[in-house]
Amino acid sequence: MTPLMELRHVYKVFGGKLGSPKANVALDDMSFAVEEDYPNIITIAGESGSGKTTMLMLLLGFYEPSLGEVDFRGKNIYKLNKDEQIDFRRNVQAVFQDPFAVYNPYYKVDNLLSIPIKNFKLASSKDEAYRMMSEALTKVGLRPEETLGRFPHQLSGGQRQRIAVARALILHPKLLVADEPVSMVDASLRATLLKQIRELNRDLKIPVLYITHDLTTAYHVSDYIMVLYHGSVMEAGDVEKIISSPKHPYTQLLVNSIPWPDPNHPWGEAVEATRRVVTGNQGCKFLSRCPHAFELCSASVPPLYQIGNGESVARCFLYRSSGVLEQEKLSSLFPARE
Amino acid sequence: MSKLLEIENLKAYFYVKAGTVKAVDGISLELEKGSKLGIVGESGSGKTTMALAILRMIRPPGTIQGKVSLDGVDLVTLSGEEMRKTRLSQIAMIPQGAMNCLNPVMRVKDQILEGLIDHGVRMSKSDSKERVRALLETVDLNAHVADMYPHELSGGMKQRVTVAIAIAMRPKLVIADEPTSALDVVIQRQVMDTITRLQKELGVSMVLIGHDMGLMAQSVDRLAVMYAGHLAEVADIREMFAEPLHPYTKLLISSLPVLGKRGVFLGIPGVPPSVINPPPGCPFYVRCPSRIENFCNIEAPKYQEIKPHHFVACYLYEPSARVKEGGKK
Repeated sequence: MTPLMELRHVYKVFGGKLGSPKANVALDDMSFAVEEDYPNIITIAGESGSGKTTMLMLLLGFYEPSLGEVDFRGKNIYKLNKDEQIDFRRNVQAVFQDPFAVYNPYYKVDNLLSIPIKNFKLASSKDEAYRMMSEALTKVGLRPEETLGRFPHQLSGGQRQRIAVARALILHPKLLVADEPVSMVDASLRATLLKQIRELNRDLKIPVLYITHDLTTAYHVSDYIMVLYHGSVMEAGDVEKIISSPKHPYTQLLVNSIPWPDPNHPWGEAVEATRRVVTGNQGCKFLSRCPHAFELCSASVPPLYQIGNGESVARCFLYRSSGVLEQEKLSSLFPARE
Repeated sequence: MSKLLEIENLKAYFYVKAGTVKAVDGISLELEKGSKLGIVGESGSGKTTMALAILRMIRPPGTIQGKVSLDGVDLVTLSGEEMRKTRLSQIAMIPQGAMNCLNPVMRVKDQILEGLIDHGVRMSKSDSKERVRALLETVDLNAHVADMYPHELSGGMKQRVTVAIAIAMRPKLVIADEPTSALDVVIQRQVMDTITRLQKELGVSMVLIGHDMGLMAQSVDRLAVMYAGHLAEVADIREMFAEPLHPYTKLLISSLPVLGKRGVFLGIPGVPPSVINPPPGCPFYVRCPSRIENFCNIEAPKYQEIKPHHFVACYLYEPSARVKEGGKK
């Protein structure tokens, strides 16, 4: 079956041509597919500069890959005809990080909801459009009469973010991409918003890509996780297994640095080698910070080795006795959940 | 242990066209020497305003009332000049967002020395160089950072520079306002480790302001929970997490994602009240699941010690209110 969206050997570089020493590789040979009928929540986690936002921009067609292909239903998104383009725009929806920046302060918040209705001709009358807007707002737990007709500055960050989710829902998308949707929302509202994203994922059976640097919320909301570092997948698999027992030294460092909100669960041992200066590194990207590095690590880039029964993978030579999973088959690690 | 900071009924009001903004509305707090106090609250709950009020950095139309005594000296009654000298030398602040608080056209060493020179520290050139080097070293930065400009540093390094500036005169109290909010988890942890180590080594007291309960659980001894300009609850960190008393704290703690509890989402419905002309009574009334109808919204509950070292402002723990509730039933 053709996946809904697929990245095929995608590279994205900034500040120079691919291969030039000046160029900054944001995404390095990324292959990843989202299946249409697998309503999973997959977290794409990483620190700033890991390439998670670049991946989102590529998926939404905001950046063109430097090399490789981004496909929607098996077709390159830059070669879609007009109808297919509309289909793509409608079916892949996003919720962005900043609930302040997505609104035009001069327009009422209705605008954000009515524009997609108008552009995709979803409603035949004003009444129907209003009904759709109220329905979507009710679904995300807002009262339409208290929300519609207001200006963005009259609403809280949490409310605005929920309207952004409602906007995505009006279109009944096949994929929702959420880029740090809760990082700018207060703690008391964070759980509510995550719960709503989760419910929508379950009720409407749409896959969600949850992009975040916050592993606590990732652990809470998602089914699977992919950990990125400098544009490559370092570890991927079941979120529970990876957070409770990370295998890659980088994931271990990340997980041990999570400040768990529990005084009886202190920070773990953060094992990070003092950063070595590594020049002309042909090997593992984490080499300069890795406490376990040995000769092999600087010689070549490790492939994705299977962990356990192959339900997760780690890009690390420490597991070189196990089998290798081709990057293209990464999505086989994310089977549909019940 | 003796008290370093005693705050009594501190109020910071802003008189604006729309009414009176009661950003901080009658807060009483104590901080012991050498301890670490965390202040958490949602955005707009008055955490930062409280820190600015302690430092007397509220400008008109804002006003400060109440008492803030540092080592027995009431800061509110000091003259402007005395207060200026007290800042940095006695109380220093690590501001929010290190990205934006360093001067982009000054070298790091000059920014560190600026405060010292302003406070009348006279040093020879070689002494000042040595002092900068030592300070950078205590915050785990290389000495060559001294000659760099802020844009040459990473976020974590910039934050370390602000820490170096804050501790330059060995203050008694450091107020850190979300010192790691813009940093990645790994860097956040490293910066917090440095701050905690310095706090211990130099024996300074610290107030850590933030919204991340996780960071608080890892870093402070005592925690104060603010809500709409009021203190809801203050307790030792372990007690706070094990036995929260205030309904807001209870909900807040149960909403946190912890290891081994996946897919459970307990939020707090509703939004905090406006602090412009706030309604009378308990600020949490509208969202409170255990409120006493037509009682809690009349007069704000008193903030008092319910158990040793455990302060709460809630009628559930006031005997008179319980009688009232019983009578109603």
